[in-house]
Amino acid sequence: MQEYFVELSKYFITLAIAFYALESLLIFRLKQETQRSACYIRQICLLFLSQLLCFLTLYFRSKDREYLLFYMFIQVFMIAAVVLSPLIHEHINRGLLHNMCMLLGLGFVILSRLSLHRAMRQFFIVVVVFIIGMILSMIIAKLKFWYKLTWLYALLGISMLSTVLLLGNLTRGSKLSISLAGFTFQPSEVVKLIFILFLAAALYEDTSFKRIAVTAILAGMHVAVLAVSRDLGSALIFFVGFVFVVFVASGSYLYLGLGILGGCVSAVSAYYLFAHVRVRVLAWQDPFTYIDNQSYQITQSFFAITNGSWFGTGLYRGRPEAIPYVDTDFVFSAVCEELGVISGICLLLICLSCFVMMMRIGMESKDIFVRLAATGFGIIYIFQVFLTIGGGIKFIPLTGVTLPLISYGGSSVMATLLMFSLVQGLCIKEGEERNVYGRNTKKKRSQQDNVQKRTGKKS
Amino acid sequence: MYKNGPGKKANTNILLVTAFFSLLFVSMMGYLVYFVATNEQTLINNSYNSRQALLLSQNVRGSIYAADGTVLVYTSVEEDGTETREYLYGEKFAHVIGYSTYGRTGVEDQANYYLVHSNAPLNLRVVNSKANVKNPGDDVYTTLDVELQEAAFNALDGYKGAIIVTDVKTGKILAMVSMPDFDPNQIEELWPKLVENEEEGTLVNRVTQGLYPPGSTFKILTALEYIRENPDSWQNYEFLCTSYYEEQGSRINCYHGTRHGSINFEEAFSHSCNAAFAQIGMSLDEALFADTLKGLYFNQPLPVKFLYSQSSVVMGEEISANDMMQTAIGQGQTQITPLQLNMITAAIANGGTMYKPYVVDRVENCQGVVIKQFMPSSCGQVMTPEEAEALTMLMQAVVENGTGRGLSGLAYTVAGKTGSAEYSTIKGESHAWFTGFAPIEDPKICVTVIVESAGSGSDYAVPIAKRVFNAYFNK
Repeated sequence: MQEYFVELSKYFITLAIAFYALESLLIFRLKQETQRSACYIRQICLLFLSQLLCFLTLYFRSKDREYLLFYMFIQVFMIAAVVLSPLIHEHINRGLLHNMCMLLGLGFVILSRLSLHRAMRQFFIVVVVFIIGMILSMIIAKLKFWYKLTWLYALLGISMLSTVLLLGNLTRGSKLSISLAGFTFQPSEVVKLIFILFLAAALYEDTSFKRIAVTAILAGMHVAVLAVSRDLGSALIFFVGFVFVVFVASGSYLYLGLGILGGCVSAVSAYYLFAHVRVRVLAWQDPFTYIDNQSYQITQSFFAITNGSWFGTGLYRGRPEAIPYVDTDFVFSAVCEELGVISGICLLLICLSCFVMMMRIGMESKDIFVRLAATGFGIIYIFQVFLTIGGGIKFIPLTGVTLPLISYGGSSVMATLLMFSLVQGLCIKEGEERNVYGRNTKKKRSQQDNVQKRTGKKS
Repeated sequence: MYKNGPGKKANTNILLVTAFFSLLFVSMMGYLVYFVATNEQTLINNSYNSRQALLLSQNVRGSIYAADGTVLVYTSVEEDGTETREYLYGEKFAHVIGYSTYGRTGVEDQANYYLVHSNAPLNLRVVNSKANVKNPGDDVYTTLDVELQEAAFNALDGYKGAIIVTDVKTGKILAMVSMPDFDPNQIEELWPKLVENEEEGTLVNRVTQGLYPPGSTFKILTALEYIRENPDSWQNYEFLCTSYYEEQGSRINCYHGTRHGSINFEEAFSHSCNAAFAQIGMSLDEALFADTLKGLYFNQPLPVKFLYSQSSVVMGEEISANDMMQTAIGQGQTQITPLQLNMITAAIANGGTMYKPYVVDRVENCQGVVIKQFMPSSCGQVMTPEEAEALTMLMQAVVENGTGRGLSGLAYTVAGKTGSAEYSTIKGESHAWFTGFAPIEDPKICVTVIVESAGSGSDYAVPIAKRVFNAYFNK
């Protein structure tokens, strides 16, 4: 029986992930929150089913009881996240919450397959940051001082990035991290969030040429510091975030065109300025010629993905560890190899669903700060996913950024969890304000009135 | 409450951005699917890919069969788990099947993806996993005919050279022999010697990778071009052969200085008159000839799935008179593989339709369930049926009263062309060629033979071809 399960589990895992991805997209058809509860329940079932299947397979293949223990910890966390958070924050976006848990869960599966020890470390960070995030959501939903910290955000961001440049550790030719009291920390991940808050605060009440010019100079300073630190992947994300947030704020195609033009000019100059950019482009155009050196990593990623094919080899049946730095840079290739390319594509669909949800939160709000912040977060999130996946499959040159929520790395998972908490906070704030607005205009159902009494104080 | 609310167009902007990034993302997913679909089978063969070893630690390499189900190669597993690859026919299938221990060649290379993967049924996999036994890899059935392969092997009789036999109507390769050969069972012991004597080219499959001057077999192409350019008047061609032809200071001699006298087009072809064909060559339009040759895959990649060498020919408006005459009779700088000459001959036999030669027919799992079936596939009409018919008539004349008479008067009718390709400046040293098909009424097989440094095609290649035809028709 156990053998049958192990042989077949990869198909069931693919099915569970595929159905989840389907649900995460179909939910956009349902306009009212009340219509969505059945969909939420199906999502939760599929979430827990996929976790169960994956960890049982891991246990049967490795005979390591620690997997079962780890699985139980994860389940407790997920039950708490999925069940308790909506009780604490009534207006939390449950679709986004479920997507986040699904992605985290898949991350735990593939990380614990690669190294159980590292996965447990990651899990610990996730739990702590999730709790901090819950508090953060509450703060952002209740208080409005966020709107006023414009220049402080910029100052904080630039100084944090500069600190890395001056005092940072050199990792593979780039200055990415600083060590503090034994912990290695990558500030650019958190600065991304501060940067979006800066853009939203700077542009929500004023999109005059003067204001945009000042914002552009400050944003340019962020990008410049990152470029000098040779963290070009992050520099690109900051830049794209800036261009598109300005477009959403101003609605000006001129600014968009200028931004894209500026991007092309900087890309070309980066190509001629930095030798390692040229190496990356070379390795992208013709990976197999440089298989010994520059493109060893990416060709190993190709081997992993194609070995997995559509349904994957099954957990523990592939060789993802052959890719150097697989758990940080190429975790998607590991997913494709052992869980299959179909699962990989479904994972991407779930990421896309997160992005569209963030964009919708922005769209549905009348508060321009919320609009800019939510869309800004959405853009940098999806763009980062695009960079890491596209780089690993030769769609674009490799930039070496992490896959949010799935890659191993404390700073990365922390920043992404905080980003989701911030978006949830914006969503909760919107929900509460809609309720207040609803009470003032037309009387709604009595059960809603109860909620309004609780939140009414604020108005 | 707000200093300025969102404008009317604000949501359009966000929608636009959402659509833009979604589109980018979806195209990336499309690329991923395309990437996997196109690279899945080739990347496993890369020597940097450690999955090859991983798969072989999970599955026993599959067997290779002839078309009728005769086992050609299998892996024997001893009780202690030691695996040995057994090549049951040794040298006979050396090049076409290849080997898989010191790198990979032949079918072992081409079908490697299937041989190392296992599609064993679930219950067997479960039983194996309980017993801690490897799963059987998938089996590959080739198009090869054991009797024909053995006949071709014996016919070549130790000469350096190559033979390919294909099924005219499908492109199936029925036999493929290259000599000198080696025993794939002993590749490990032979390896140092093979590397040392690399210029012998023992490991080279001469059918697919050997590049030879085509000699008089190229007159098929010169004749085709002449018929193409003179569709109504080519039969009126007349020439007085005085054993040589001279134009613009260049001179072409007939083989052994033979004087053919007054001959027509058919006689010029069947007696392989160099003087006549040099004159015909000079009358041709170089650009049109270049197009015709391109259409028959000269200087082009061949549409086959295995390793091969690309033919080369110099043809075009800037060609000199001497080069034109040399090329027209198959000398000069032209080089061709026996494989490509066989494809062209088979197309003539097949009314002008060329088929892609292939050797892997299907893949089955260990219980005989077909995993993948390869089908004959045409690469189009490379000449008109009328042109094919005219060439067949000419090639029939070669066998009836020309250089291929050794194949006349048999129980079946043969059409073909001989060739004696001079490959060095020393007179008389030549490769012997024959390419042809049978029976003419309903062509079944196409045979191409080359014997290196033997002499004339009629003396050396024709008898070998005869033994191969006999093996097929006198079963």
